[in-house]
Amino acid sequence: MTLVPLTLGFVPLLDCAPIVVAAEMGFGAAEGLELRLKRENSWATIRDRLIVGHFHAAHMLGPMPIAAQLGVGQATVDLIAPMALGWGGNAITVASATWEAMLAQGAAAAAEPAQQGMALRAVVRERARSGAAQLTLAMVHPFSCHHYELRYWLAACGIDPDDDVRLVVVPPPYMVEALRDGQIDGFCAGEPWNSLAVAAGIAHIVTPTTAIWHRSPEKVLGMRANWAERHPDETAALIRALYRACEWCEQDQSSGELARLLARPEFIGEPAPDIARGMTGELCLAPGSPAVRLEEFQGFARHFGTFPRVSDALWFYSQMVRWKQLPAAASAAQFTARALAARRGYRPDLYGHAVQSLGVDVPAVDLNSGGFFDHRSFDPADLDRYLHPP
Amino acid sequence: MNPGASTSDRDGRLMAPGAALRILIVDQNPERASLLEEAMREAQYSDVVVVRETHGLLRRIVQIEPDVIVIDLENPNRDVLEQMFQVSRSVPRPVAMFVDQSDAATIERAIDAGVATYIVDGLRKEGIRPILETTISRFNAFKRLRDELERTKQALEDRKVIERAKGILMTTRRLDEADAYELLRSTAMSGNRRVVDVAHDVIRNLKAMQ
Repeated sequence: MTLVPLTLGFVPLLDCAPIVVAAEMGFGAAEGLELRLKRENSWATIRDRLIVGHFHAAHMLGPMPIAAQLGVGQATVDLIAPMALGWGGNAITVASATWEAMLAQGAAAAAEPAQQGMALRAVVRERARSGAAQLTLAMVHPFSCHHYELRYWLAACGIDPDDDVRLVVVPPPYMVEALRDGQIDGFCAGEPWNSLAVAAGIAHIVTPTTAIWHRSPEKVLGMRANWAERHPDETAALIRALYRACEWCEQDQSSGELARLLARPEFIGEPAPDIARGMTGELCLAPGSPAVRLEEFQGFARHFGTFPRVSDALWFYSQMVRWKQLPAAASAAQFTARALAARRGYRPDLYGHAVQSLGVDVPAVDLNSGGFFDHRSFDPADLDRYLHPP
Repeated sequence: MNPGASTSDRDGRLMAPGAALRILIVDQNPERASLLEEAMREAQYSDVVVVRETHGLLRRIVQIEPDVIVIDLENPNRDVLEQMFQVSRSVPRPVAMFVDQSDAATIERAIDAGVATYIVDGLRKEGIRPILETTISRFNAFKRLRDELERTKQALEDRKVIERAKGILMTTRRLDEADAYELLRSTAMSGNRRVVDVAHDVIRNLKAMQ
């Protein structure tokens, strides 16, 4: 049988694993696909290469197809996510000096995000009083889960992400260097970059972001809607191959084979033990300290990790509105029209159709309404109330 | 835009070839940056600035005021630029990129998709001028469309506010619609303000009393 060649883009991060595994472990071939992988250094390039047709599909930040559907930060493009590639895997890490200051204000290793945030708020206030420069915190892209998780945590702890700190984008491979040079005081990024900063002896992990939002959504498979329409069989085959790969990644967690595969220079190209930390959830929070097991730090297939939840798409939309990435809607009708556009970015229908033959369960109700550390519930059916509580 | 050095006028029409463009090259690889710079000069562009440091990039862009930013598609700092353009609406500049694989169909698809940033081919010097010019004119066209949309939305929003304020005045001061509007208008005129700002005051005052 001749295999159908598909080109997929990825960024060197722990959660590119399903794509690498599908290509390297034969899950693509089992579905009749020859997966050709291309590593990229920026999300902007991943998106642009998808749009112009260099890639058939790609590893992508969850909010990116939503931003593309809404035409925010770019022209409107019909990008979709027909599946998710797992959840969690991010953490917030600060430079050692900032951590020392936080400790003096009541932070503690592995403490709850509320406690850490209160300590950070005290540090931020103290710096403002003494006329010290604002803290600079980095994330990976304006339309990323990392960005929204960081902002959510800061705001819920009484730190205005726009007025009290400086938020900047730094590509993950530069995070450690930027911390060392003092360009940034902390960051929110996926693994292995938090572990690598700790291993470099210059940073402390403050909190995993799954403590901020339980099983928070993360990367997705991105593609063009019209490609999926014209190639329904390839789309379904790709979803199945990646589903199998996600299951394999999860089962492999402790064996180390996946970490060794990802450590290869053409994939992540960093030491396997550092890559393995995020997969097992056993992270060193401080330089030289023993690893701590963080429950539910990251997952691939379990807990419907591959199901593209429309409620996540709507939460991303709500955050774009909350943080004024979108100009305010001129009317209620426009607000609703945008919510509809956001929904179009996530395609559980394509997912359900593809995995049917595998006998995979699909959630009966697609609503991830809670699990935030500040106990605010999110009702995707009433975005307006969520954004403007009475 | 640089005084006396812009290639396109307000409507995005291109001026005669040979007009000076200020080009900013963002590249950390010194060899590639100087290759690019040389190619630009051979294509008759003399106002070229190379930035290798990404630290303080936003400040540099504001200082340099480039007409177009040229960046390699493989440069991870593309995401940094995206954030800058997202945060600071005054900074956005056309961005041209040089990539490994490109053909007419690719560029056409980019145009169809309305991508303001350009994906273009290699370092052939005969290709550079039309590429940069197309990038800038596309960017201006896109930006004009955006601005118009924003203005239309704002006008719609303003009209709603004025309608509400009129309604309030009609009830509280027992005026008819024309007189209510006239009151808003004359107050705005005497205070040298916009009608919509006065209308906002009326709504705010009502809320304060409630």
